[in-house]
Amino acid sequence: MKLIIEAVITGILSGGVYALMASGLTLTFGVMEIINIAQGAMVILSAYLSYVLETTYHVDLFAGLLITIPLMFFFGVAIEIVLIRPLKKDRTMMSILVTFAIALIIEGMLSAAFGTTYVQMHAWYVDATFRIAGFYLAYIYVFGFALSAVLLAVLYWLLYRTKFGFGLRASMQDRTAAQLIGIDVERISALTFGVGVALAAAGGMAYGATNAFNPASHLDLISRLLVIIILAGMGSLPGALVASLGMLVIEDVTSVVWSPLWANTVFFVLLVIVLLIRPQGLFGRAQGRRQ
Amino acid sequence: MRTLRIAGPIALLLVLAAFPQVFRSPEITGIAVLTLLYATAATSWNIFSGYTGYIALGHAAFFGVGSYAIAIMCSDWHVPGGYLPFLLLPLAGLAAAVVSVPLGWISLRTRRHTFIVITIAIFFIMQLLAFNLRGITHGSAGMELPIPAAWGGAFFNIPFYYATLAMLLTALAVSWWIRNSKYGLGLLAIRDDEDRALGLGVDTGPAKLAAFVISAFFVGMVGAMHAYFLESIFPAFAFDPLFDVAIALMSFLGGLGTLAGPILGALILEPTQQFFTLQFSQNGVYLIIYGLLFLVIILLLPEGILPTLRRTWSRDRASRSAAPVEALEANGGGGAKPRGAPRKKKKGMAQP
Amino acid sequence: MKLLEVANVFKSFGGVRALDGCSIDVESGSITGLIGPNGSGKTTLFNVITGYETVDQGEIRFEGRSITDSPPDRVFRLGVARTFQLTRIFPRLTVLENMHVAAQREGLQALLARWSSSHEQQRALELLEFVGLIDLKDLPAGNLSYGQKKLLEFACILVADPKVILLDEPAGGVNPTRINELSKRIRSLNKSGVTFLVVEHNMEFVMGLCDRVMVMHRGVKIADGTPAQVRKNPDVLEAYLGA
Repeated sequence: MKLIIEAVITGILSGGVYALMASGLTLTFGVMEIINIAQGAMVILSAYLSYVLETTYHVDLFAGLLITIPLMFFFGVAIEIVLIRPLKKDRTMMSILVTFAIALIIEGMLSAAFGTTYVQMHAWYVDATFRIAGFYLAYIYVFGFALSAVLLAVLYWLLYRTKFGFGLRASMQDRTAAQLIGIDVERISALTFGVGVALAAAGGMAYGATNAFNPASHLDLISRLLVIIILAGMGSLPGALVASLGMLVIEDVTSVVWSPLWANTVFFVLLVIVLLIRPQGLFGRAQGRRQ
Repeated sequence: MRTLRIAGPIALLLVLAAFPQVFRSPEITGIAVLTLLYATAATSWNIFSGYTGYIALGHAAFFGVGSYAIAIMCSDWHVPGGYLPFLLLPLAGLAAAVVSVPLGWISLRTRRHTFIVITIAIFFIMQLLAFNLRGITHGSAGMELPIPAAWGGAFFNIPFYYATLAMLLTALAVSWWIRNSKYGLGLLAIRDDEDRALGLGVDTGPAKLAAFVISAFFVGMVGAMHAYFLESIFPAFAFDPLFDVAIALMSFLGGLGTLAGPILGALILEPTQQFFTLQFSQNGVYLIIYGLLFLVIILLLPEGILPTLRRTWSRDRASRSAAPVEALEANGGGGAKPRGAPRKKKKGMAQP
Repeated sequence: MKLLEVANVFKSFGGVRALDGCSIDVESGSITGLIGPNGSGKTTLFNVITGYETVDQGEIRFEGRSITDSPPDRVFRLGVARTFQLTRIFPRLTVLENMHVAAQREGLQALLARWSSSHEQQRALELLEFVGLIDLKDLPAGNLSYGQKKLLEFACILVADPKVILLDEPAGGVNPTRINELSKRIRSLNKSGVTFLVVEHNMEFVMGLCDRVMVMHRGVKIADGTPAQVRKNPDVLEAYLGA
């Protein structure tokens, strides 16, 4: 029983980190109708950046975010302008292929630079645990969750209290209508993509501190992120949050109650079950009779 | 032009049949076998994704099922190496086809974007099952296939080559048949406008599922052949996500939805891929090049080679001969740039 | 004989009541018009009849049998065909191939058969002649002009010999000479037994073509009669001017 509660807690805490990464993914879909398969690779890339900053330059992981987040933001914007914007026909499908290619390239570069051995980031709060109500919890989980909470709050502020956010939400609802009222949809798209990647950067640090990773880890990661946003309903931010927390808790509990081996599978099986009942995802907009 | 349409494929067939007799080196015939395998896989994938427009990125699951099916059959029934396992290929394909029925039914309930992701999810489930169901699949230890002891060194690849060629021709024939049937027309209509196809009486549900199952059958056979060729299988290789990337890329490169496109794509990409893996033993560099290649193809040739060629040829022909501009009304919006003339098929098919 | 009946149908989208107890009927052999201001529910009515939307409440009957909530392919095979406001054809297929999609054969025969038997081929060519697109039969349908696409869409549904055709704004975006041709074609088809239900904003077109006109407003029928009667109906004038 104690193990289950612990699993629930770690599930919620890691779920927060996943929510960060998934939010970026679902945001880009909502605004631009593209699916960024490279999101996982962006996370891993950021993880490596944080890792290098920490091991070579002894920059604290959280402080390092001040460098990695803006860096990845601009990287994201650049990618959008150069590789995504030129896509005209079949944008969604093409974006899947293009971003997949980008993911492979990133994986290749990381492999060449770092090899395929697994690494993990270290800091005092990664290795040390504190005791609370009879459980031992590594500090990093709490810090990571706090980071996610803060950044998601910032995202919320961005979306609902700024002009940019207004334009973004308008584009999500109806791209053409937004254009008609003078919103620069192209600019918003580039910035949104950048934001999505920036969120991945933050998530990358937290992910890398709580999981061992190597360049190939992005495949497993993106498959889980995709499952989360589909389950949530593509384009739904609250859905991404709920789904992330939910899935991670279920996975961690399954690992404890059944076996770690099956915990992985449960993730995907859950998606299939949900889609059977509700093809548009938990929070997605109903499609009407035919899709 | 007419004679080329019939002579072309026949000439190609002769070349393919004679290939291993001329190029006897095992390295080259080995690459040839893999190329033919991928050509078959891409053609089969195209039967579903090319004709219906639903991009499935989880067919590696069926590849894996086929691989394990033949491994299990050979081990349970004590099948010796040699020509006998070839007879088991259709059974392996059948196993994949049976598995694909419920999986396809589940996946096809979703719309296009969700569909892509659910196929990926199902692939991962299958991969995990291969790892976890140790009683059946032996988990990460993998399984072995019978080794044809009688086929010494240089000869080894030859039976595989011809068996795979036969498989490719069968898949191609099925693809051709479907394309020219009413059923295939229904699939193409689904690709263009599914709701309208439904409104015109096309039974879209069963049509899509049938194409899905047919493609799974052939991909399963490819998996089985591949397993037998490699003599052993492991979950990570039998269920390899890069397989889906490869066949999708090959089909896109050659021309998605065309008959010969996937084969052309395989003929170009597979030898290239093998060459790169041999040259650059470092995994990283190989991935970078692959990714860049991918990007270049998608950005520069979004329609694929064959359709782009067709378009340029017919545009040249149209500008040379008197274009039927008068027949085209100048009413309202109208034309995108002329995409082209009556379709030509490379395999010598008569016009309807 | 009432060929098509819509009995007290309700349909809402979220908070919007598109159909609010709508009841109409179409007499066999007639050309019936359906007009009404924007947002009155005409296209939703079409969607509900042809199975693209399900009803919240109410019944739809064709030839006396219920087709409420039947899927579009079944409705089409029973003999109810429709066109769309934003013309829909299959752009990557040729004009002729577009025609053949509608002529579906059931079951195994469909798989084994070639694109068309000579009989079907003949019929398709005849229909293309009828709409004047015969010269373009091998062009990809996506290359056609807007007006030509509309004609193609129309020809496609004729292939299956429908008993009733629901036309959603057939005259929209078509130039005046073509509109006359369109009227003529509808009339000649009507003479050979096809029933029409036509939604249109072009008043001249509707009043000239239809023997009976129904008016919808806010999801219900508010008027029903000959063109002359409807033109003078004060409720109709209010709906259009007030809406």
